[in-house]
Amino acid sequence: MKIHEFQAKQILARYGVTVPRGEVIERAEDARRVAAKLGGRVVLKAQIHAGGRGKGGGVQLAEGPDDTAGKARAMLGMKLVTHQTGPDGRVVRRILIEEALATARELYASLVVDRGSGKIVCMASSEGGVEIETVAAERPETILKEFVEPGAGLHAFQARKLAYGLGFEPALAGQASQFFSALSRAFQETDASLAEINPLVVTTDGRLLALDAKMNFDDNALYRHPDIFDLRDLNEEDPLEVKASEHSLNYIRLDGNVGCMVNGAGLAMATMDIIQYAGGRPANFLDVGGGANEDQVRHGFEIILSDPNVRAVLINIFGGIMRCDIVANGVVAAAKSLDIKIPIVVRLEGTNVDLGKKILQESGLNFAVATGMKDAAEKAVRLAV
Amino acid sequence: MAILIDENTRLLVQGITGREGAFHTRQAVEYGTRVVAGVTPGKGGTKLDGIPVFNTVDRAKRETGANASIIFVPPPFAADAILEAADAGVPVVICITEGIPVMDLIRVKRALRDKQTRLIGPNCPGVISPGKCKAGIMPARIHLPGAIGVISRSGTLTYEAVDQLTALGIGQSTCVGIGGDPIVGTSFVDVLQLMADDPDTHGIVLIGEIGGTAEEEAVDFIRAHVKKPVVGFIAGRTAPEGRRMGHAGAIISGGKGTATDKIAALESAGIQTAPSPALIGQTMARALGIDASQAHAAELNR
Repeated sequence: MKIHEFQAKQILARYGVTVPRGEVIERAEDARRVAAKLGGRVVLKAQIHAGGRGKGGGVQLAEGPDDTAGKARAMLGMKLVTHQTGPDGRVVRRILIEEALATARELYASLVVDRGSGKIVCMASSEGGVEIETVAAERPETILKEFVEPGAGLHAFQARKLAYGLGFEPALAGQASQFFSALSRAFQETDASLAEINPLVVTTDGRLLALDAKMNFDDNALYRHPDIFDLRDLNEEDPLEVKASEHSLNYIRLDGNVGCMVNGAGLAMATMDIIQYAGGRPANFLDVGGGANEDQVRHGFEIILSDPNVRAVLINIFGGIMRCDIVANGVVAAAKSLDIKIPIVVRLEGTNVDLGKKILQESGLNFAVATGMKDAAEKAVRLAV
Repeated sequence: MAILIDENTRLLVQGITGREGAFHTRQAVEYGTRVVAGVTPGKGGTKLDGIPVFNTVDRAKRETGANASIIFVPPPFAADAILEAADAGVPVVICITEGIPVMDLIRVKRALRDKQTRLIGPNCPGVISPGKCKAGIMPARIHLPGAIGVISRSGTLTYEAVDQLTALGIGQSTCVGIGGDPIVGTSFVDVLQLMADDPDTHGIVLIGEIGGTAEEEAVDFIRAHVKKPVVGFIAGRTAPEGRRMGHAGAIISGGKGTATDKIAALESAGIQTAPSPALIGQTMARALGIDASQAHAAELNR
């Protein structure tokens, strides 16, 4: 799960990570008050779940309350388009107003789970403000890494290694060590999957702060962090994906025209692939899961059909735990309750397959029943044209 | 011979009295698996279809001689269940549970370093050695005893591959689902090692997907250590970057972990990859030197 920058900074500050002074606003009239309180120059930062905000006008400097209020008014409600939002952009609903800092150095810090070692890795680089992937590709030697020992956390010496490795003088190195320790503690205790500070800055008056902050969380661990779960912003998600998540369905919208409903993530990906192999393009990823019930299948079907680009639907089920008759009943129920104009290709295999096929055939509805994945994909692609 | 589980396996089911646990226990027994014990804290002393249920794994193992465990415990308690099985000295632990927090798995993985236990999964369909033992949630009837090992990060896609192999008359020695999470107990490399050493496994199907570098590591191992024919399939050619495709571990991030890269890695080692998921069986048939036209005809007739 993703959260906004201001939320990440609030969480990090609780663990002792130093962040700029600031406040988030939802109404332009509050900008004046915040600017007056902060004093001096401020920076307005549009709060959307996407990077690259600066280039699209989502990060602006302002001088004094009037200027800040004027810029806040223009920014709130605007559609911010960045390289991560897609052409539709995102509506700016909140602005983080912070003190503008005079920076002497920009660096980078992050924590992620390293799959190979099965540990958390804390990374730091003296190259801040650019994407870490670019640094990793071009100058990998500038990225410092320390692996966090499970249970023990980041040791003090590891934090020091990172701090001195970045070339800090002793006074700043002390601050930096504390910064890395706090960041690491925040990551572990919140079940984060990513904590990225880019840039991490040193101000001209010798302070170290998280100028930007990004945190993602492990969806599987949200049950033990209800406070973080409450930070979920549905405005930042595709409405169809939100609806799918309400029914515990895994749906990702894509831009093709063959809708698909599959059980199991691997088979769902493979189904998208075979649609492309057959010359078509998948409209979505939809995994109804191993133990879906009739109701979930019906909701899944409704979600696929509410994408206007979908010209045909391919249902590919290999029943293991999932029984084919349950899928068939869900599909028939959905087809009856919705006024379906587009062709539906069904491929059923596995547990109770004969019963499932019988239910489809006796429904009186027009399903194209396929044998095997290849046949199913080819039929669906042909019908989607 | 098979790997991990066979006719000598004495299976213990953790979470045996739950809906999934009870259902799959009965399926396993029906397949001929020797399920010797179940564990559900608080239900010790009861029985499920005559299988004794214990409060602790330690007691269950001591009284029944269980040598493998399968876990159907809900996510918040699953990490603890794995640790309990390891503490009791169960050599093979298969965790089916999906949705365990990554932080829990990090701690489990660290704790298992000091144990003899091999963890398969979590978030996996389990393991089956056809004709001998089933410790998983896969549909039994699609399997055929034989000599091909199947390793996969996915559940239903594995069924698809196995079904294709069986339709072509190509049986399987052991099929192992290693799980779709970013951190799993046993890697492709670990299973490849076992299959390379198993005299009754004559070929291997490796089914990978986007995310991480497990497939690339598998390729390095195969190049150096596996003399048996290996064929591959990688799911997710059409997956967009930055989106988690159902499995917690199936995500392309920062341009890393794409299907294209993984397929290129496999092919660089001379491993044939199926261009379509419908051609996994046929690709294996060709690698084994089985007449491809006959194989193709058999597949079309399904």
